[in-house]
Amino acid sequence: MNRRILRRLVSNLMVGLMIGAVIVALLPLFFILLNLMVKGASSLSLDFFTRMPAPAGETGGGVAHAIVGTLIIVGVACLIGLPIGIAGGIYCAEYPTSRLTWVTRFVADVMNGTPSIVVGVFAWAWIVATQKHFSALAGSVALAMLMIPMVLRTTEEMIKLVPNSLREAALALGYPRWRTSLQIVVRTTLPGIVTGSLLAVARIAGETAPLLFTALGSQYLSFNINQPMAALPLTVFTYATGPYEEWHRYAWAAALVLILVVLVLSLGARLSIRRRFDLNA
Amino acid sequence: MTAVTEHQPPPRSIPQAHASLERASYGDWVFRILLTLGAISIPVLLAFLVYQLYSGSHLAIAKFGFNFVTSSTWDPVAEQFGAFPLIFGTLVSSLIALLIAVPLSLGVAIYLTEFAPKGIRQPVAFLIGLLAAIPSVVYGLWGIFVLTPILRSSVFPFLRSTLGFLPFFRGPIYGPSMLAAGIILSIMVMPYVMSVSREVLLAVPNTQREAALALGATRWEAVITAVVPYGRSGIIGAIILGLGRALGETMAVTMLIGNRHEIGASLFAPSYTMAAAIANEFSEAVGDMHLSALAYVAFLLFLVTVVVNAGARLLIWRVARGSGVGSKAL
Repeated sequence: MNRRILRRLVSNLMVGLMIGAVIVALLPLFFILLNLMVKGASSLSLDFFTRMPAPAGETGGGVAHAIVGTLIIVGVACLIGLPIGIAGGIYCAEYPTSRLTWVTRFVADVMNGTPSIVVGVFAWAWIVATQKHFSALAGSVALAMLMIPMVLRTTEEMIKLVPNSLREAALALGYPRWRTSLQIVVRTTLPGIVTGSLLAVARIAGETAPLLFTALGSQYLSFNINQPMAALPLTVFTYATGPYEEWHRYAWAAALVLILVVLVLSLGARLSIRRRFDLNA
Repeated sequence: MTAVTEHQPPPRSIPQAHASLERASYGDWVFRILLTLGAISIPVLLAFLVYQLYSGSHLAIAKFGFNFVTSSTWDPVAEQFGAFPLIFGTLVSSLIALLIAVPLSLGVAIYLTEFAPKGIRQPVAFLIGLLAAIPSVVYGLWGIFVLTPILRSSVFPFLRSTLGFLPFFRGPIYGPSMLAAGIILSIMVMPYVMSVSREVLLAVPNTQREAALALGATRWEAVITAVVPYGRSGIIGAIILGLGRALGETMAVTMLIGNRHEIGASLFAPSYTMAAAIANEFSEAVGDMHLSALAYVAFLLFLVTVVVNAGARLLIWRVARGSGVGSKAL
């Protein structure tokens, strides 16, 4: 009888410990978001989005150059990465028995686990070292490399959700395979593919490591992708590790902007994916 | 419709059908070629990545060979390089991260799949998943200005006074240190270990639980005797996956570890990791040999993460074959 009470006690104790683990696990998220709000929001102003950085030691100024730079670098990365990732994903879903599918899926998993800094070294060796100068294009290539496996996997998973009967119906009506794939299968899953792509954009928009020695960063507004370019994550890094109090305030503000963009993108994407799953279930 | 087909003599419609079939198969052919190009470019890109890493590092590989891994000198001026302190720092910081993150994330995963009220399961998993969406550089910023001051003023002195008999918790206290980097890494790795092990536990069939409960086990005993052992290899896979993440993590570690090429027992001392060294020195490297040595470090890091991730993937597959578990996090 005593033993039974002891066993129940142990069971309850473990549950208590696990509830503690949940609380401990949620604390960092709470504090990171709270600190970002408190420290970042005070430095946010219209100037912050529209003006260039002030000379070191002076107050005022903004990070317009970094916001523009991030938009350009991520935009070019999407132009390179999305077509390859989506085409690869459709291939893997539509020809599941092909040997190439197996290889591609495996390689995509390997690439997904590759540290982003290694991809940065790759882009450096390929583009920066051969061109002999840093360029935003090299940064975009690195980000595209990180993006491709993510887009590929989500596209494939989304297409797999399409019921086979839909495909069979189209083929039975005399649709050729390619029109079945594009107009029936891909069109049905288009919202899913878009949200998958948004998730990938959210992931790469915050990447810093692959940009350190490709896009390098810059103090000026630049639209030339063959030249070094500023980016929001790089600005956070430079300002956070710099010596000036003013810089630290800008680092917090830039981080707040960055995290808002990333969270809005990934929250929106996740919620809409969940809604689709619920509808299908 | 029927009237039209009745009026058309069969001999005329067959060539037409042929033509449209041919056009269709031509379209199929083009479509398949385009998709194949997309699919094939991914292995090609990876091969190209390996080639570029090799060609970037062949100078250092030719000069130092395997001694690179065991040597501790890092002298850009004399062009003598050895990565042992970097490898040591990478392994120790990742190990600290796992020591903290694994019990926490397993606790959360087990609680969420077995015990939590239905209504909070999804929201809690979602919130912890958000930790994975926060960019690394933001963790670094938070680490520098919030976490490190707390650690330096209260946590580290407390550890030194209570656990000071261990060599790990001795010596002067700096802010940036191996332990600070390990702690920030543990926060970053936790969502990956948590979400994959949760998926693994969800894939354990209910009959396992029912059988243990029917034999009179408490709910905790059912979990620990019947559910966790069933998913063991998947959970180990989740942990190794977290290890892969921790090994390659760059920005937060670079900002918190203190960046010093030395090996010491004290976790309060600054250290260095492979990824942090590349991040710090690459754009300011002096001379080809320095660059090549850093590319060699990147190459080694790549090989290690490939092996680690492949192992994790195999283990996860063994539990949940084909159910897509872990594909999102990997």
